[in-house]
Amino acid sequence: MSDIAPLSFQDLILTLHDYWGKQGCAILQPYDMEMGAGTFHTATTLRALGPDPWNAAFVQPSRRPTDGRYGENPNRLGAYYQYQVILKPSPPDLQELYLGSLKAIGIDPLLHDIRFVEDDWESPTLGAWGLGWEVWCDGMEVTQFTYFQQMGGFDCKPVSGELTYGLERLAMYIQNKDSIFDLAYNNATADRPAITYGDVFRENERQMSTYHFEVADTDMLFDAFKKATAECESCLARSLPIPAYEQAIKASHIFNILQARGVISVQERASYMGRVRDLAKGSCQAWMEKNGWTA
Amino acid sequence: MDGKERMDGMTDFLLELRSEEIPARMQVKAKEDLARLFNDALAKAGLAAASVETFATPRRLALIATGLPLATDAVSEETKGPKVGAPPQAMEGFLRKTGLTEDQLIERDGVYFAIVEKAGRQTADVLAEAIPAIIRAFPWPKSQRWGAGSASTESLRWVRPLQGIVAILGDDVVPCEIEGIISGATTMGHRFHHSGAVAIGNAGDYAEKLRDAHVLVHFSERCALIRDGAKAAAAAAGLTLVEDEGLVVENAGLTEWPVPMLGRFDPAFLDVPQEVIQLTARVNQKYFVCHDSTGKLANAFVCTANIDAHDGGAAIVAGNEKVLAARLSDAKFFWEQDLKVALDDQAAKLAQITFHEKLGSVADKVERVARLAEWLVTEGIVTGCSAADAKRAAELCKADLVTGMVGEFPELQGLMGGYYARAQGETDAVADAVRDHYKPVGQGDDVPTAPVTVAVSLADKLDTLAQFFAAGMPPTGSKDPFALRRAAIGFLSLLLQNDLRCSLKDMLLATGAATSFDSLEEFLVDRLKVQQREAGVRHDLIDAVFSLGGEDDLVRLLARVNALQAYIITAEGANLLAAYKRAANILKVADGVDAAAPAPADLVAEERALLTALDTAAPNAAAAVDAEDFEGAMAALASLRAPIDAFFEGVMVNDEDPTKRAFRLGLLARFRDAVHRVADFSRIEG
Repeated sequence: MSDIAPLSFQDLILTLHDYWGKQGCAILQPYDMEMGAGTFHTATTLRALGPDPWNAAFVQPSRRPTDGRYGENPNRLGAYYQYQVILKPSPPDLQELYLGSLKAIGIDPLLHDIRFVEDDWESPTLGAWGLGWEVWCDGMEVTQFTYFQQMGGFDCKPVSGELTYGLERLAMYIQNKDSIFDLAYNNATADRPAITYGDVFRENERQMSTYHFEVADTDMLFDAFKKATAECESCLARSLPIPAYEQAIKASHIFNILQARGVISVQERASYMGRVRDLAKGSCQAWMEKNGWTA
Repeated sequence: MDGKERMDGMTDFLLELRSEEIPARMQVKAKEDLARLFNDALAKAGLAAASVETFATPRRLALIATGLPLATDAVSEETKGPKVGAPPQAMEGFLRKTGLTEDQLIERDGVYFAIVEKAGRQTADVLAEAIPAIIRAFPWPKSQRWGAGSASTESLRWVRPLQGIVAILGDDVVPCEIEGIISGATTMGHRFHHSGAVAIGNAGDYAEKLRDAHVLVHFSERCALIRDGAKAAAAAAGLTLVEDEGLVVENAGLTEWPVPMLGRFDPAFLDVPQEVIQLTARVNQKYFVCHDSTGKLANAFVCTANIDAHDGGAAIVAGNEKVLAARLSDAKFFWEQDLKVALDDQAAKLAQITFHEKLGSVADKVERVARLAEWLVTEGIVTGCSAADAKRAAELCKADLVTGMVGEFPELQGLMGGYYARAQGETDAVADAVRDHYKPVGQGDDVPTAPVTVAVSLADKLDTLAQFFAAGMPPTGSKDPFALRRAAIGFLSLLLQNDLRCSLKDMLLATGAATSFDSLEEFLVDRLKVQQREAGVRHDLIDAVFSLGGEDDLVRLLARVNALQAYIITAEGANLLAAYKRAANILKVADGVDAAAPAPADLVAEERALLTALDTAAPNAAAAVDAEDFEGAMAALASLRAPIDAFFEGVMVNDEDPTKRAFRLGLLARFRDAVHRVADFSRIEG
């Protein structure tokens, strides 16, 4: 690895906070709702719109019900953590800044092979897309690096640069572990050993997998999806883009659970995604209007 | 730059467009586009280079032009203007554009032209203007905006953010600017091996300066390094590299300083079908795979790093080994899970997958295909296998779509089904058919010949074509969302390669999708023309036979066309065609032609000869066609050539005597009808 001791999971986060804080980012807290990715945080979605500069970094707990494996698969989780950085407008030295963050967490680019491999990003549920790369470290994807071109169907003016680090993967890499659950979560002290990621989250993975795959009441969820949709529309009618957008996030998560329950057929899938996209787009549009920005 | 070039008044030019990482797949095309746009810009200014060489790495696209004159010659440029008599606004606009007055224009063929004399220009000025224009016009498949400038959607677009421009003519910078990026003489070296700027003197030292900064700008040099290095890495481990030129090019597009290295994986993963290992290594990780001395897949791979790591690459290899192990353990998991489920149970799940909203589920399609495959065998169209096998293979052929492995690697469809079928004890014929039934995929792919496979593959394509056409969804223009053109080519290849004899109409009716298929038949004949073009078969001859109607056995149709083509290209055939056209022209303007018009009492010799020839040739041609003796049919037609020529030579068709005239027209009609026993010659070009 390198000459510094590998970072624990929490130190990895703290180091990134420190690094990006020094670059002028506001260090935000996670959005307090269930969502599939950091991009859903209003600090990304809504702030990517409009002309105002915006620099922020935060951890976003990300829930992917279909990826749950009852805590049995060493590489997959139904809930994990993304580290998200958004810089608007994208600075000219964004790649250098990013590489600086890798050095800060102990990755030496003359010892490890860092590569920017084409990967265009698209979120059908957010009506968003961008161009960029997946960043490889010795063949492993550790970060998604994107220049947003559109959000909620609107051109980004100016373009934001978005970095999404997969924290668990990065930690597995830095700590040289073969299983997520073996990651050192914190640091050992003289009288107490380090706790592992598994100590903290394995039981969550087990129970949440059971819930998402076997237990979740699908009638209740279909109903909740409808209600979130209606609530979103009612907020949009009152020009309240933020609460409207929260309902879009909620609908999106409910849809993800329904998917995990296997009750959404292939035919229906596109139509559900289209409905979430309409809500997200509507919220973005209301946000633009509220701020007096034109497309 | 040596003194001789200077004395010649010639010089060299270097252009480098440096950006953030350009996708590997775009670099080769980008080189071509750069050369083309540059040459066009030169040509427009009346300049030409002695040579143009292009370079691409992930971070730069560059060009060196040699032997450029320092200035352009004076030129007179002609611009096309409005037509004579065009509205006055058009003329005013044109005069404004050219800065001329109307009397300075010249007129040619009813069109005004402006001739503008242009003085010679400095090449540096031409280039300074051309560079931003080339950048703006660059045809990247996908491009983006970035940075502060992107507050406007009109801002520059490039494949990824453009970082710098080097433009040097001779030893001097060609000053230009685009979106705040100012041209200069410095670039950047390798991202990690070289810090700070690299100063370039001129085109001559570009490649070497960058080599010193750990960048190999020649794409071909990097390819060679990867190709040879990967082979050597495998050989050093006693293995043979599975060569893959696509991977060589891709890795060359991902590196400025490629270093191939060998890694290993747990041999336990070799239980997984080797195609799966190869695919995940190749597609997900861009690794080469290796064979051992017995030709079997070895537990080794070759990755290509972009640095000379200071530990010799040990950490990089270890990291890559870990990534591949994680991917292979996923694959192994899917493989083992899939093996636990019978394919029949998987097939039952296809009811949940929509084939197309108007055409039911995939299970519905499978049912139709199974029925058709069985029919093809019981009807004797496909021979050499049992109908039960064809039905069985068809029932299983799509089952792998719901397996974990195909869910993860969709490109393994068919192949995995074949593995799973064999593993659950299906016969080889059935398993092979499941594996190969998607074939042929497009022209040039292997065409199946194993009977069970042929039956299933043919049934699958037939069903797709018939169903989409019957539901009113044929391909239109460039839109072919259901890949029906490809299905048609596959269908035709299967028929022709396997000599499958059947009426097209009967086959289409057997699909049960509709009761008539006129547009699909036409579509298939069109595809046949496209497919046969490569084999040199003339499309007009296919029309000539097909348009007769009644010939919808495509194998026989093609045999007829081939015989026709062999004949029509002979001098004799060409003469007969000419005579036919002459007869047809006469008949076209004549009215009331009766082929049975009675003969006048005094037949001239030419009439009698033609009559006799027709009496023999017409039935002979028809009989030969019926007997599928197409050479014989051509010979029958050939027997008409001399009499018809003599007839035209010695007889006036439009005779004043109406009886003679009617008889002669009747003879021509009989001649035309005899020819039509073989083909509609009016469709033949030439």
